[in-house]
Amino acid sequence: MSAEFAIDARGLTKHFGTLRAVSQLDLQVPRGQIYGFLGPNGSGKSTTIRMLCGLLTPTEGSATVLDTEVPGDSRLLKPKIGYMTQKFSLFGDLTVFENLQFIAEIYSFPAADRAARIDDLLDTYNLHQQRKQLAGTMSGGQKQRLALACAVLHRPNLLLLDEPTSAVDPQSRRDFWEILFRLAGSGTTILVSTHYMDEAERCHRLAILDHGVKVADGTPQELQDATGMHIVEVVADDPYAAQAAIHDLDEVASVTQLGVRLRVLVPDRHRDPVSIVERALDPTGMTASVKVTTATLEDVFVAVTMEYPETAK
Amino acid sequence: MKPLSRITAIIKKEVRQLRRDRLTFGMVVGLPVIQMLLFGYAINTDVRNLRTAVANQAGTHLSRQFVAELGQTQVVDIMASVETAGELENLLRRGKISIGVVIPEDFDRRINGETRSAVHLLVDGSDPTILGVANQLREMPVSFDATKQKARQTPAIEVRPYYNPERRTPVNIIPGLMGVILTMTMILFTAVAIVRERERGNLELLINTPLSSAELMIGKVVPYIIIGMLQLALILGVGRLLFDVPVQGSVVDLYLAASAFVAANLALGLLISTAAKTQFQAMQMMVFVLLPSILLSGFMFPFDGMPTFAQYIGEVLPNTHFIRLTRGIMLRDASLGELTPDLYYLIGFTVVAMALAATRFTKRLD
Repeated sequence: MSAEFAIDARGLTKHFGTLRAVSQLDLQVPRGQIYGFLGPNGSGKSTTIRMLCGLLTPTEGSATVLDTEVPGDSRLLKPKIGYMTQKFSLFGDLTVFENLQFIAEIYSFPAADRAARIDDLLDTYNLHQQRKQLAGTMSGGQKQRLALACAVLHRPNLLLLDEPTSAVDPQSRRDFWEILFRLAGSGTTILVSTHYMDEAERCHRLAILDHGVKVADGTPQELQDATGMHIVEVVADDPYAAQAAIHDLDEVASVTQLGVRLRVLVPDRHRDPVSIVERALDPTGMTASVKVTTATLEDVFVAVTMEYPETAK
Repeated sequence: MKPLSRITAIIKKEVRQLRRDRLTFGMVVGLPVIQMLLFGYAINTDVRNLRTAVANQAGTHLSRQFVAELGQTQVVDIMASVETAGELENLLRRGKISIGVVIPEDFDRRINGETRSAVHLLVDGSDPTILGVANQLREMPVSFDATKQKARQTPAIEVRPYYNPERRTPVNIIPGLMGVILTMTMILFTAVAIVRERERGNLELLINTPLSSAELMIGKVVPYIIIGMLQLALILGVGRLLFDVPVQGSVVDLYLAASAFVAANLALGLLISTAAKTQFQAMQMMVFVLLPSILLSGFMFPFDGMPTFAQYIGEVLPNTHFIRLTRGIMLRDASLGELTPDLYYLIGFTVVAMALAATRFTKRLD
């Protein structure tokens, strides 16, 4: 019965009035992997996650989530999934321990194993010291660890994480991802939305969403290999002036400044992108080093979201 | 001019925000209108159509003429005729009538004599206004009364107040006040209960668990029923200790009635909670329930004195029915069995409101 995919969505669509939040989304998430949702705010990441766990009814399309049809009887699905909301949603006026206990009771976690399970989670998520602290008074990183502990308490097969690291510092993010890999290693499928490139790079596979449309998906490597762009790096004394010289070239798809460097995307169909850029810089008389380099995920993101006027140059 | 432009900026912002907050806008316009209507119609000290039954034991021409003249005053609305004073007392206790008229067998002789009163009015003293009106009836001129009123040593009509013979105000106020206090606190508890979790984000977590809507609703109501019972004990205790307010009937009956009433209010609060988007909105909505619960429930003004449409609104409110129950049980020594319509209404109200709340509260965000 167990299908290959933890999530198999076909043409998932959600409209809010005239706003098309998600359009015709096909999605296949293999079991036991960390699958990333990369996209800017408002790209439909949260809406998709909410449709997948039965919180929102799709306008069109459907999905099979852990062998359960969505939309359908989401009661069967709830015990099998863990969901971490974008905003901290545990009870700020209960202690860490009380929150865990509450979640255990709501999920009817066997009473005999409850204490051991909670103790185990306090260990794993490094919350023993905060055991009796009110959840509302904790730091962003601590709250996030508690939220994850509560989401995994009932040992779900699928974990849906909606921008889990948006409110925490880099060290906490690193620790958080260590835990995610451990969970995936033990067989949990994880769908995580993010707008951080470094996090997207850590995923086994990812989909890039833009304006509710999936514009690319695959492993990070596949995506980087298939940008359809030459990536040209320009180091110039006056990068601002260099950008002005390059920006309006017909052959150039996009220019991004990174400190003194510029990353210039030139579509594949143009041969010799270096000389295109050098020719444009010549009249300015500035000295600049121009070379072709390999694509990062950020380049991929820029390349695939470009056709929309809002995100293009 | 800088302060002026900054003040103008604040004013413009406030007006814009106010225009977008439709419920507050509704309060600005709605509350004065509703208050005017409620007070204007409900405050009516010129009470008419008090429910009345007559025990005409004389059955003479004169006595029938007296009953007809009584009816013509329009102060009373004669609904029933019975045989004995005992039956009248029974109707009074059950809250069916406010005034019972006893005309003794020797009415004709008494009306022509000077020393004895000819008619007895048995009056429900649990509402002071009604007693006042009955006292005015005593001055009613009886056309065939040969004796001059002044010449009488005792008035032709004698008023016998029941249930609060000393006419002490706390005795009348506290049974109704109980209803008002419980309405206020119980609705408030649950009205904010779900909205608060929505505002804090807890709800998105809860609806993603196996928890069902009904489980959530029941779990939210039960603790407050217990709090309601504690409040009731507190009000009764203070009423007894400081104001010497008696409980004539059974305390168990009183608690049963109060349980039904508390449950009705909690369910109504939950219903408000599913409609409100913020805690502030929930409180605004509560005001719209609380005001009529004070004005139209019979707490401040006698129910019989209100115009029909105000009575219809009053009949919908749980507090109206609870006040009938408490006045009956606490002051008139009625048993719950004699007041079943009001008890059933409260139970029915609870069931309907709970069902509506559970239906309105879907475990979805769209």
